[in-house]
Amino acid sequence: MARLTPTSSHENPFRGSWLVRSIWLLAAGYLIYSINAMDLKWSRIQDGMGHAGTMLDRMFPPNFSRWELLLSGLAESLEIAIIASIVGIILSLFLGLFSARNFMPNWVSIPMRGFIALCRTFHPVIIAILFVKSVGFGPLAGILTLIVASIGFIAKLFAEAIEEISLKQVEAIRATGAGFASIILFSVMPQVFARFIGFSTYQLDSNLRNSTMIGIVGAGGLGGTLFSAFQRFDYDFVSAILITIIALIMFGEFLSNIVRRIFR
Amino acid sequence: MTTTAGIADTQTLLSIRGLQKEYVAGNPILKGIDIDITEQGIIAIIGPSGTGKSTLLRCINRLIDPTQGEILLEQQDLSKARGKQLRTLRRKIGMVFQEYNLVERLSVIENVLTGRLGYMSAWKAWRRNFSQEDINTAFELLEAVGLAEHAKKRADSLSGGQRQRVGIARAVMQNPRVLLADEPTSSLDPKTAVEIMELLERFALEKNIPALVNIHDVKLARRYAKRMIGMSDGVVIYDGPPEGITDDHLKQIYGGESWLV
Amino acid sequence: MQTTINHHWQRFTLKQKLARYSVYLVIVVAMIQSIRTVEVIPEFFYDAPEQMMDLFSRMWPMEWTYYPISIHGAIIETLNIATLGTLLTLIFAIPLALMNASNISKSLWSHWIARFFLVSSRSVNSLVWALLFVSIFGPGVIAGVLAIAFRSIGFIGKLLAEALEEVDMGSVEALQATGASPMSVLLKGYWPQVLPAFFSIILFRWDINVRESAVLGLVGAGGIGVVLNDSMNLFQWQRVSVALFAIFMVVILAEIVVVNIRKKLI
Repeated sequence: MARLTPTSSHENPFRGSWLVRSIWLLAAGYLIYSINAMDLKWSRIQDGMGHAGTMLDRMFPPNFSRWELLLSGLAESLEIAIIASIVGIILSLFLGLFSARNFMPNWVSIPMRGFIALCRTFHPVIIAILFVKSVGFGPLAGILTLIVASIGFIAKLFAEAIEEISLKQVEAIRATGAGFASIILFSVMPQVFARFIGFSTYQLDSNLRNSTMIGIVGAGGLGGTLFSAFQRFDYDFVSAILITIIALIMFGEFLSNIVRRIFR
Repeated sequence: MTTTAGIADTQTLLSIRGLQKEYVAGNPILKGIDIDITEQGIIAIIGPSGTGKSTLLRCINRLIDPTQGEILLEQQDLSKARGKQLRTLRRKIGMVFQEYNLVERLSVIENVLTGRLGYMSAWKAWRRNFSQEDINTAFELLEAVGLAEHAKKRADSLSGGQRQRVGIARAVMQNPRVLLADEPTSSLDPKTAVEIMELLERFALEKNIPALVNIHDVKLARRYAKRMIGMSDGVVIYDGPPEGITDDHLKQIYGGESWLV
Repeated sequence: MQTTINHHWQRFTLKQKLARYSVYLVIVVAMIQSIRTVEVIPEFFYDAPEQMMDLFSRMWPMEWTYYPISIHGAIIETLNIATLGTLLTLIFAIPLALMNASNISKSLWSHWIARFFLVSSRSVNSLVWALLFVSIFGPGVIAGVLAIAFRSIGFIGKLLAEALEEVDMGSVEALQATGASPMSVLLKGYWPQVLPAFFSIILFRWDINVRESAVLGLVGAGGIGVVLNDSMNLFQWQRVSVALFAIFMVVILAEIVVVNIRKKLI
């Protein structure tokens, strides 16, 4: 092995750092602790593998014979996602604007931010359950849930985008004597619009995903169809529904990309 | 080290025969290059941008695959080598890049030691299990390029010229049979460029190896090269000692007179 | 005699204008169509605020004594599900990310296979994954951990692949030139460059997973969701609010941890 022969000696600068070692030890220790604490036994996993085999057998081929049910669930999910996204986006425009610290006085922006943060805290499923309990089963609960979820995401990011804008452009427009609305339209909007479209398409995508899931707790859409199929052990119908959901979401992603490119 | 014609083949270190490369079919960048390299010291390759200098160098260590031709390093054909054989051949070739190409987040000394990666297993490399001998050599190389006190700093905290010196140390660390340098001075100011050429020349002579250096600056090339190869439009126009290059040659290579002034 | 030329300025070309207007049009049409076909009973809609106030009044005051009995253990379990699930994901996500990154895997075939797995993992919600795994492994923690793990594969895999593609290929090229094996090039060339992104992505996903783990119990996959589900089915709203409060605190805690670790890394 071709080697140069050195004539001096230096200490090895790569002596194991105690920090890195302790992190690995911590990770290993955690794994052992958590597996124990949750009572994860290999036997249970093995049993499960057996069931998994049978289940996979029953899931294929996927059964689309109840396609009317599938289609109505799909339509409902779409409706929920579209209405919630549009209403959510419009509301977020205002809420985001009102919670921007560089535009609004503190007594307006702080409670607004608090409200938006609250919308983000809970998982959409939990919010869905609360709405179902209060307004009953069906798409209304779903729409309200996703409006809340949308506000939590879009309004927050929108406010941050507004806070990051260059105030020089605002000043310039203000100097021309424009009114408040014009200032917003001509100096704020152009700067943040592209990002706004970015989060809106992301949220539309997210709402589409969520709308296929909150049905599990009764808030309408494919989730409900899926849940009943599981409960009746109709695994071949389950796989048909899953395929539909995946196809729907891929289509949604595809559309989002187009919209984003158009508005770039 | 001189060779006579009869035993030239067995002592030729690097031999390039009929090298061609086309990126787009029907539009070759390299149109048949024949070069034999036997001597040590700096061999400067000059020519305008786009003429294939960089492609030529990268074909030698197979960072680019040639379309046709042979590249023999100590009688072994690089153009056909694959897998382990290719890597064994590559570690005999040390390369210095225009943009230095250090691993920014690693320390200077570790960057130098990456020159030994061709000789180590991935596991050892991951655990930084370098042999004491290698570590000593790396430190000595850093001293030789004047960067010993920066050994433990992150590579991205160094200036351009300093980074290039680390790049050279890394290449020499491989104990290579050939050095390749692709425009090593183009991103540096004139004073630092001279320092880098000095280093390259020093190492080439100390280790008795050839250093093929792509270079824009013809004056700098003349100062350090023992042999100059001028390329134009994918072929070799001139191959000989620096004194032999005339203005006519330069005009043929670069075209136009205005820049000669 | 002076003539003025009226220049025409428009911000967007005709094609762009058409594209933008058609998007607006589609949005309006979709909105109208959806409102017409969705089955919402108007009475329920007008009733909503009153019903919600009623619900909230039933959730107050919170039954704090319930906490040490059921909730504390469940919260710990939730955290474990999230953490173990996130760690488990790496086993699948890292190879898939390597297969998906176009600068590492040159074969189109591996790129599309990896893409398929990553997209499917992301398209199926963790709650749905949980349903699936509860059917296979029965109710309990295993289903929860696997649900979190499988959902996170797509998220982490995609972001990691993007980070790998943004690596500076110059240093990679230099390492290849030294004759290093592909694995060495990965470990010494790619890994140091994606290190900060890697940890950032994992922390990001862990944060989301804590939220997701809290609700998996609603379908039986362990954690605080089970407690939530039980109390809701028994209409014990004051216990429900304690459980919700506990979830809220855990989520905030997780955010604080993540923000602090981020600061130390940067």
